Amino acid sequence: MDAFVTHTGTAVPLRRSNVDTDQIIPAVWLKQVSRTGFEKGLFAAWREDPSFVLNDPAYSGASILVSGPDFGTGSSREHAVWALQQYGFRAVIAARFGDIFRNNSTKMGLLPVILSPEAVETLQKAIEADPATEITVDLSERQVRAVGEAWSFEIDDYTRWRLLEGLDDIGLTLRHADAITAYESERQPWLPKTA
Amino acid sequence: MGRTLAEKVWEQHVVRRAEGEPDLLFIDLHLIHEVTSPQAFDGLRMAGRPVRRPDLTIATEDHNVPTIRGPISDPVSRAQVETLRKNTAEFGIRLHPMGDAGQGVVHIIGPQFGLTQPGMTIVCGDSHTSTHGAFGGIAFGIGTSEVEHVLATQTLPAYRPKTMAIEVKGALPYGVTAKDLILAIIAQIGTGGGQGYIVEYRGEAIRALSMEGRMTVCNMSIEAGARAGLIAPDETTFNYLKGRPHAPEDAAWDQAVEYWKTLRTDDDAVFDKVVEIDAATLSPFVTWGTNPGQGAPLSSVVPAPEQFGDPIERSSAERALEYMGLTAGTRLTDVEVDTVFVGSCTNGRLEDLRAAAEILQGRQVRTRTLIVPGSMMVKLQAEAEGLHEVFRAAGAEWREAGCSMCLGMNPDILAPGERSASTSNRNFEGRQGKGGRTHLVSPQVAAATAVTGKLTAPADLV
Ligand code: SF4
Repeated sequence: MDAFVTHTGTAVPLRRSNVDTDQIIPAVWLKQVSRTGFEKGLFAAWREDPSFVLNDPAYSGASILVSGPDFGTGSSREHAVWALQQYGFRAVIAARFGDIFRNNSTKMGLLPVILSPEAVETLQKAIEADPATEITVDLSERQVRAVGEAWSFEIDDYTRWRLLEGLDDIGLTLRHADAITAYESERQPWLPKTA
Repeated sequence: MGRTLAEKVWEQHVVRRAEGEPDLLFIDLHLIHEVTSPQAFDGLRMAGRPVRRPDLTIATEDHNVPTIRGPISDPVSRAQVETLRKNTAEFGIRLHPMGDAGQGVVHIIGPQFGLTQPGMTIVCGDSHTSTHGAFGGIAFGIGTSEVEHVLATQTLPAYRPKTMAIEVKGALPYGVTAKDLILAIIAQIGTGGGQGYIVEYRGEAIRALSMEGRMTVCNMSIEAGARAGLIAPDETTFNYLKGRPHAPEDAAWDQAVEYWKTLRTDDDAVFDKVVEIDAATLSPFVTWGTNPGQGAPLSSVVPAPEQFGDPIERSSAERALEYMGLTAGTRLTDVEVDTVFVGSCTNGRLEDLRAAAEILQGRQVRTRTLIVPGSMMVKLQAEAEGLHEVFRAAGAEWREAGCSMCLGMNPDILAPGERSASTSNRNFEGRQGKGGRTHLVSPQVAAATAVTGKLTAPADLV
């Protein structure tokens, strides 16, 4: 996974709520068996509309997405995270996220940042007024800074540490293989087996 | 202080707990399908890791499969299914491929085999894994990184969500189904209302539901933002399980039932949040918008965006009406549909097909109508009862098992602008095909709608 410490970049305002993962990456894109090439499918249906914000050249090169609430609801497809990352996004800022999407993001090093609706509004206004506005997302300080203001955000210590270090979850868990084996030896005997 | 059902099941599965870290949770059953697993198997191969417990893992082909008999014509879909076959063979995982009697939508086959049992932890790379909570376990959807994690370790690091009780008091009126109930719940608490919670559905109306109905309710927990939903096991649960291929037998059965009976929320347990619903006030429900929370009683009208005080909800309603091609104030029963879909992990079980058949018996459909059993076993049972003949006689199409028109990954899709009444779980923009417009309904409303060509409650059929 990519480590995330601090990132400064320009941002895209996405003034929509309930941006479900079917919008982020439509189902036809999920047929791929590789992990790459998903940037082309990002918001595929919406991008057909020339007035969609991602088609505005003023926002090309942006690396932070500032969205309305409930971003990433719906399907568990991690492809949504891959599509955002491969398109060039490093962080998504919203007032609320779908749980599975948020979880998937932190496994991949895409930082989901929860700010208050007011803070999101301030950021959206600022980047709408001037698309060159830079936003800093600072995970080590748990802070978002832009237009002379700073907002703190919450993230649990463990997830933050994993992101800062870019650590692979599986490797961490396998350090506790003994505990897993011990647990397995005590499971109820009637529990089903597939094989 | 007492504990809630969710807390009991969670505690039972903690492999390791350390200050400042998520719990490491043991996973009793891992379900796999072709869409969210290929990159996970690649990850294992790259790291040289085996699958820790192939004996707790089962795979099926569902999302991409065509529901008309024959091979997969789309080469990309076919490659994905072939990748699953290759991966399951290489890692020694049981697979139910297309054409196999055990094949079906991943959330239909687990319960059908008796693999889904009370008190278990169940995961799958699919958000509707919450379905399995109907048996009184913790079941939730995960992403591909976590699929890889479970394959490698049979565990997941996770923080225990908060607990919410949804108390459904009283009895559902005649003709009101589990689907109507869950759609009404989501409309009430919103698509973010369950976020951060495991929801326990409780109360008289829930107890009265069949296992199929309970699965319909738990299935859509995710549409209210909750990772998982569950219902305490009882006689209905035990009766459903008894005699299924993977259910315990003889002495083990008695031992299991004794344990399962302890799986209930203690009387003095406290939920972090409680929501109450009066079942008697409910009626057939339908969505008008583009998220499952945008729903209303079928007897009402398309709402006006100005009705919503919250500016974000208002603009979301405006967008939704535009996408759906609906005008505020239109009676929902005047909305004409082109296609009716009965199927999916929400309503693709035998009971759902029986309900649709009862309405279609002796009638003719006016719309394209797809009836898609959730699994091969459901299909065979339905055919044994002659339901397929009822459907065919009514002019509906009787298909092979799969996800079908629940999502646009297989040949069953809506054309742009086409409108469906669908028993599936998501009315998102383009979910059933680019530009398609979806109204979520119960199997009963779907069947009645097929007969009239407009959104219709069964009670209104002449
Ligand atoms: S039926 Fe629909 S919701 Fe269920 S697993 Fe298939 S695609 Fe997902």
